[in-house]
Amino acid sequence: MSGNARVVLKSADAPPTTAWERVQLARHPQRPYTLDYLQLAFTDFVELHGDRLFADDAAIVGGLASLTGRTVMVIGHQKGRDTRENILRRFGMARPEGYRKALRLMRQAEKFGMPIVTLIDIPGADPSLPAEERGQAFAIAENLLAMTELKVPIVSVVIGEGGSGGALALGVADRVLMMANAIYSVASPEAAASILWKDGGRGAEAAEAMKITAPDLLRFGVIDGIIPEPDGGAHTDHAAAAQAVRDVLVEQLAVLDQCEIADLIEQRAARYRGIGVFRS
Amino acid sequence: MRNLFRKGPAYVTVPAQARAPAQTGDSLWVRCENERCRELLYVREFENNLNVCHKCEHHARLSARERVAQLVDEDSFVEHDKDLAPADPLDFVAAGEAYRHKVEETFERTGKREAAVCGTAVLDGLPLELVVLDFAFMGASMGSVVGEKIVRAADRARAAGSVLLTVNASGGARMHEGIFSLMQMAKTVTALAQLGAARVPHISVLVDPTLGGVTASYAGVGDVIVAERGALVGFAGPRVIEQITKQKLPPDAQRAAFLLEHGMVDLVVQRRELRPTLVRLLRLYAAMSRLHVERPAGNGVVRDASTGPA
Repeated sequence: MSGNARVVLKSADAPPTTAWERVQLARHPQRPYTLDYLQLAFTDFVELHGDRLFADDAAIVGGLASLTGRTVMVIGHQKGRDTRENILRRFGMARPEGYRKALRLMRQAEKFGMPIVTLIDIPGADPSLPAEERGQAFAIAENLLAMTELKVPIVSVVIGEGGSGGALALGVADRVLMMANAIYSVASPEAAASILWKDGGRGAEAAEAMKITAPDLLRFGVIDGIIPEPDGGAHTDHAAAAQAVRDVLVEQLAVLDQCEIADLIEQRAARYRGIGVFRS
Repeated sequence: MRNLFRKGPAYVTVPAQARAPAQTGDSLWVRCENERCRELLYVREFENNLNVCHKCEHHARLSARERVAQLVDEDSFVEHDKDLAPADPLDFVAAGEAYRHKVEETFERTGKREAAVCGTAVLDGLPLELVVLDFAFMGASMGSVVGEKIVRAADRARAAGSVLLTVNASGGARMHEGIFSLMQMAKTVTALAQLGAARVPHISVLVDPTLGGVTASYAGVGDVIVAERGALVGFAGPRVIEQITKQKLPPDAQRAAFLLEHGMVDLVVQRRELRPTLVRLLRLYAAMSRLHVERPAGNGVVRDASTGPA
């Protein structure tokens, strides 16, 4: 795949050196999205639509799929490839019905004892009145609460942008992994700059200051591992990126299979309860 | 005196010579913060009215100290985890501004070490664990300290079997703590899941304003969610929404009544009704099978847990 690169890189092959360059790679228009991974790393995907309450949010997709012969529930944010699709999928900015669909599918996975795989790629939750009217905050909160207690293994992979509570709403897991050029942050760099300095144009500074790259998060102990990308970024070779994701998922699920569910939930709770740095 | 009646800052200091001689250095009058009201209020009356304007019913924001004083039985509040203070895990410096300095400066200006104040208290004789967020400390944004205090309060509530009451106001996540701030959402909710598993109730009170990661985590999953009249509550704030969608929002959007109408909160209460409402809820939860079964019930309809559900 030859990305018609609009990214600012020193050269196509040079590994990125700044957080802002990673941001550009994480947002690369040819980067593989959830549905690409579903096609390349899984087989027999059947998409399941709708939250059974209000609507189907095209910014989150999910359904049953086979991972090397084993059925798993895959749920991920989905961006669009072109303008029309991006309008439909709101650039991956999920709405409450998306989170509620995800929760519905996670409950089904729990019912049948299927592991859950989530693929995270959201610039941020949808800032709009319809999303607020339908309780965006409450939908996210309900997902977090449910995921802390789900009685099946959960593996999350940040494949592109892990932006804000909209990312975490699919991201409470037993294993949290990041693609090498993915970013994960409390808000998009532009939103953070806007909050901090009332100047959304200073995203590059915010990106550096907030430490949002995979190596940063691994160092902080917030994620468990980094999945390597093909040279130049995942957009240069979707198949290779998907292969790497599949290998890691298979390996991690095999490890999690060895754990008693009760232990898994206890470890999941301990993991999140332990995150935080303060003086006492 | 003429200066008093111009539009100006929310708090007006009456010139010294106009003060009654018996008064202390504090000002006697305060202006209603509501732009459309701006009523001049006598401080003592305003305070007796729980910092609510008697003319337009505007509910002024309260400090954590004022909130605690208004809400729980006098002298019953015992503060915990007072010394927890922000660290700087990201070594956050950007545009010449360091988080470390911002924290120091806020500490010096407000005397507060963090946005959350938590402790054990008694409300009309019933024990509870209380957490109050103070908007004056960096917009009560949630970083590691707020998250840790919520978790510890939830754990104390679980151990004691007493209700967890959180009074929330927040601008959202604390950007300066980056991913640690985001993860506090999962952290606090984990503690609440464990509280829920122990069948101990969490009552969440949302006051003006509660936004972002606080609404979207522990504050959004109360067994009862109470919004104070007029409170702005949501995920994205109205300014962000207007900026991005280029649409002007109706003035009542994301206010307490709007949330009630859309089914997002259980109750909207006036501030003067907050305490009596909480007392009633606490009594009802106290008279459930599991909590405080040894308490003699007011009208004798509660059975012991060991004899099965009432």
